[in-house]
Amino acid sequence: MATLRAEAPAILLLLALAAAPFVGFGEGYMLTLLARAMILAMAAVSLSLLVGGAGLVSMGHAAMLGFGAYAVVILDDARVTEIAVVLPVAIAAAAGFALVTGAVAIRTSGVHFIMITLAFGQMAFFTASSLAGYGGDDGYTLYSRTEIGGARLLEDRLAFHFVCVGALAGTWLLCRLLLASRFGRVLRAAKGNPLRAQALGFDPYPYRLVAYVIAGAIGGASGFLFANATEFVAPAYFSWQRSGELLFMVILGGVAGLHGALIGALGFVLLEEWLSHQWEHWRIVFGVLLILAVLFLPNGLAGIPGQIAKAARR
Amino acid sequence: MTDPLLSLRNLRKRFGGLAVTDDVSLDVAPGEIHAVIGPNGAGKTTLINEISGVLRVDGGRIEFGGRDITGLSMPRRARLGLARSFQITSVVPAFTALENTALAVQAGAGSSFRFFRPAALERRLNEPALAALDQVGLAGRAHTPAGAMSHGEKRQLELAIALATQPRLLLLDEPLAGAGPEETERLIGILRGLKSRYAILLVEHDMQAVFALADRISVLVYGRVIATGEPDAIRGNAEVRAAYLGEDDIPLAGAA
Amino acid sequence: MTTQLLLIQALNGLQLGILLFLIAAGLTLVFGVMDFINLAHGVQYMIGAYLAAWIAGATGSFWLALLLALPLALALGLLLEFLVFRHLYDRDHLQQVLATFGVILVLNQGVKALFGAAPLQVPMPEALTGGIRLMEGLLYPTYRIAIIAGGLATAGLLWWLVERTKVGMLVRAGATNAPMVAALGVDIRRLFMIVFGFGAMLAGFAGVLAAPILSVEPGMGDHLLILAFVVIVIGGIGSIRGAFVAALLVGLVETLGRSLVPDLMRLFLSASEARQVGAAIASMLVYIAMAAILAFRPAGLFPVRAG
Repeated sequence: MATLRAEAPAILLLLALAAAPFVGFGEGYMLTLLARAMILAMAAVSLSLLVGGAGLVSMGHAAMLGFGAYAVVILDDARVTEIAVVLPVAIAAAAGFALVTGAVAIRTSGVHFIMITLAFGQMAFFTASSLAGYGGDDGYTLYSRTEIGGARLLEDRLAFHFVCVGALAGTWLLCRLLLASRFGRVLRAAKGNPLRAQALGFDPYPYRLVAYVIAGAIGGASGFLFANATEFVAPAYFSWQRSGELLFMVILGGVAGLHGALIGALGFVLLEEWLSHQWEHWRIVFGVLLILAVLFLPNGLAGIPGQIAKAARR
Repeated sequence: MTDPLLSLRNLRKRFGGLAVTDDVSLDVAPGEIHAVIGPNGAGKTTLINEISGVLRVDGGRIEFGGRDITGLSMPRRARLGLARSFQITSVVPAFTALENTALAVQAGAGSSFRFFRPAALERRLNEPALAALDQVGLAGRAHTPAGAMSHGEKRQLELAIALATQPRLLLLDEPLAGAGPEETERLIGILRGLKSRYAILLVEHDMQAVFALADRISVLVYGRVIATGEPDAIRGNAEVRAAYLGEDDIPLAGAA
Repeated sequence: MTTQLLLIQALNGLQLGILLFLIAAGLTLVFGVMDFINLAHGVQYMIGAYLAAWIAGATGSFWLALLLALPLALALGLLLEFLVFRHLYDRDHLQQVLATFGVILVLNQGVKALFGAAPLQVPMPEALTGGIRLMEGLLYPTYRIAIIAGGLATAGLLWWLVERTKVGMLVRAGATNAPMVAALGVDIRRLFMIVFGFGAMLAGFAGVLAAPILSVEPGMGDHLLILAFVVIVIGGIGSIRGAFVAALLVGLVETLGRSLVPDLMRLFLSASEARQVGAAIASMLVYIAMAAILAFRPAGLFPVRAG
C-alpha cells in the first residue's frame, strides 16, 4: 500500500528510538541526549504541521515550549507536581498564548507573519526574563520532576525515555491524522491555492487559527517534557534562536512529509552534540552547514534520495 | 419569464479614473446559459470577480435567488451556491484530480472541522466527486496530481470542481482559454451536456462556442452593456458589429 | 517621578529610536526592494561595534575608528551579499530566514572566537565626554546628544538620497513594484547590491555610535534586530518615513515604558510586586503596540507596496 510506504521512514525511526536502550544506547549520557532529541522532535513535528501543512512559517514556536516549561516552573514553585494538573496547565497555557497571538498574526501572511510570530516569541521571552521570582534571566531549578499519581516515575531514565518515545509517536500520529482529515485537507488546499479554497466557500482563517492553536498545544506538551528532562528552565532555552533552530530542523528534514521533521530534529541534535565535542567554536561550522543545506538541499535530508535519483537519470 | 436566479442592477466600479463596470444590469434565468462577450479590456473578468465576490463594487446591487448578496464575502457567496471557474486555471496543484473535486464536495457536505477521520476514505465525498469527474470525462484521471495534467485536462477539472459544489449558478470565466481545437470540441460537448441543468454565466472569447451554446448574449464594451438578446438578434445588431469592427473572430456570416 | 527624570527618559528613548532607525532603514529597503528577509541585519550592527572596538583599541582614536569602520562594514556587507545573499533572492522567505540565520550563527560565534566572549569597552571621544546642562538640574551626556544629532543628520541625508536622487527614485520604485523596474531595463541585481551594501553600512554606523555607551559583545545585535523588525512592520515595509516614525515610537515606548510602568503599578500593588509585574508588562508594551496597530492597519502605518 502506497500510504504505508510513505509512512515507513517515520515508523522505522520511532521503532529504532524505542529499541535504542537495548542495542547499546542505554547509558545515562546517551539517554539524556536522545530524550532531548525526541522532545525537540515533538516540537519540530508540530511546527511542520504549520509550515508544511498550513504554510504558516512561524518564527516564534519556541515560545510555545517556553509556556509549557514555565507552567511546570510556576506550579513547581507552588509545590504542585502532579501530572494530572501540571500537564493540562502546560498545554492550556501554550494553547492560550497561541490563540491570542495567532488571532492577530494569522490576519497577516508571508513575511509579516514570520516577523509577527518572531516578535510575539520575543515578547514571551522578555516576559520570562523579567520574572524575578522564578530566577529571571538566570533560570529556575525544579525541586522535583513531575509525579504521576504521587509516584516519581519520571525520575527513572528508562521510563522517561519511553514516555518521550510515546509522546513523540503520539504527536506524529496526531499530526498525521489531522493532515489527512477534512480539516487538514482544507488547510493544505488553502496553502496550495488560497483563492481556490475561498471560491469554494472555505475561509482559511479559522482553519489556520485552529492549526496554530493545536501546534501550540503540542509545543506546550514538549515544553513540559523539556522542563522535566533538564530539571532546569531558563528563558534562553526559548529565545528566537531556538525558534530558528526548530524551523531549521523542519527544513533540514524536508517539509514534504512529517517524517522530515523527525529526521531533521534527530539529525540536528546529534550533529550539534558531535560538533560541540570537536571544536569550541562549532557554531561557525554549524552555521556554514545550515547555509549550505539551504543552498544545495532544497528538499531537505528526506529529499536526498529523490535528488540522487534525479541526478542519476540525467 | 421566470424570476431570474441572478440579477445585476446598475453595477458600477472604477479603477482610478477608469470605469471598468459602468451601470451594468443583466439577469440569468434558471437553466439558462447567458454569455457575456466583448473585446479585450471590456471588463468581463472584472464582472465575474464582482459577482463572485473577489472585488467589491462601488455601487449597484447583486441579487442571487432573490437575496441581496452585494455585501457578502466570497466564501459566503460560494456557500449560497455560486461556483466559479477561473480564467487562469486555479486548482490545487499538489492535490489529485479526485482530491481537488472531493474538496469541492466537502464544501457542501457538513462541517470541515473534523479532525481524525481520513478524508480520502470518505465515500460521502468521493462518490459525488467521481461523478463530477465523470461528467467532464476525467474519471480515468482521478488519481493524477492536478499539477501534472495537461492544460485541457485542467480546464476540465476546473469544471468538475465547479460542478461538485452542486451550484445553483456557474460563473465560467473563459473555460476554453488556451485549449487546442480537439480540447475545445470536447469542452463544448461537456458544456452542452450541462445546459438546462445549471444556470450558467459564460464569459468566452470563442465566438463559435458562444453562439452554439448561449440562450442569451450580452455584449460588454468599455464596461457598458451595449446589447442583450438572443444570438440571432445580437448577430444582426449594428452597434455590436461596430464594436467588433476589425476583429474577425465574430461569426457574422451566421454559422452555428 | 520628576520632570527632569521624565525628560531624561524621553531623550534616552529618542536616542534608542535613532539607533533603531539606522538599523531599520537598511532592513526596510532590503525588504521592500528585494522582498528579502534578512535576519543577519542585526549582526551587521554588531560588526560595526566590533570594528570600532578593534580599531579604537589599536589606534586609540574613536574618530579614526568611525572613519575606517564605515568602509569596512560596507565591504563586509558586500562580501556577504556576494557569498550568500544573492543566491537567495529567488528563494522563498523560509529559505531566506534559515540561510540568514546561519549567517548569524557564524558571525556571532566568529566574533567570539576572535575577540572572546567578554564584553569590550570603547572609550568615548575626548571632545564628547561630559554633559550638557539642558535645564535647571538636568545634565545630559554630550555623547548621547551627539548620537541623536548624528542620527537625525543621517536620517536627513537618507531622506535626500531616497527622495531627490536618481538611485533613490529607483529604490522607491523598486519598493513599490520591483518587477516593473526590472522590466524598464534597470539592472535590478546591481540596484540590490547597492541597497544591500548601503543598508549594511548604516547598521554598522549604528554599531559604531552605540559602541561607547553599550557593551560590545557577541549577540548584541539580536535584540535590536527584533525591535527593528517591529519597527518596519509598524512603519510599513519599504517605507523610510514609516521606519523613522515607528523607530522613534518604539524607542520611546520601550524606554519610557520601562521606567513608567513599574511606577504606575505601584499605585495598585506592593513595591516588589509592582517591580516584577511592571517589568513584565513594560517588556510587552512594544509588542502590544505592534499588535494593536496591525489589528487596524495590517500593512503598517505607511504602506508602500502596490496592490
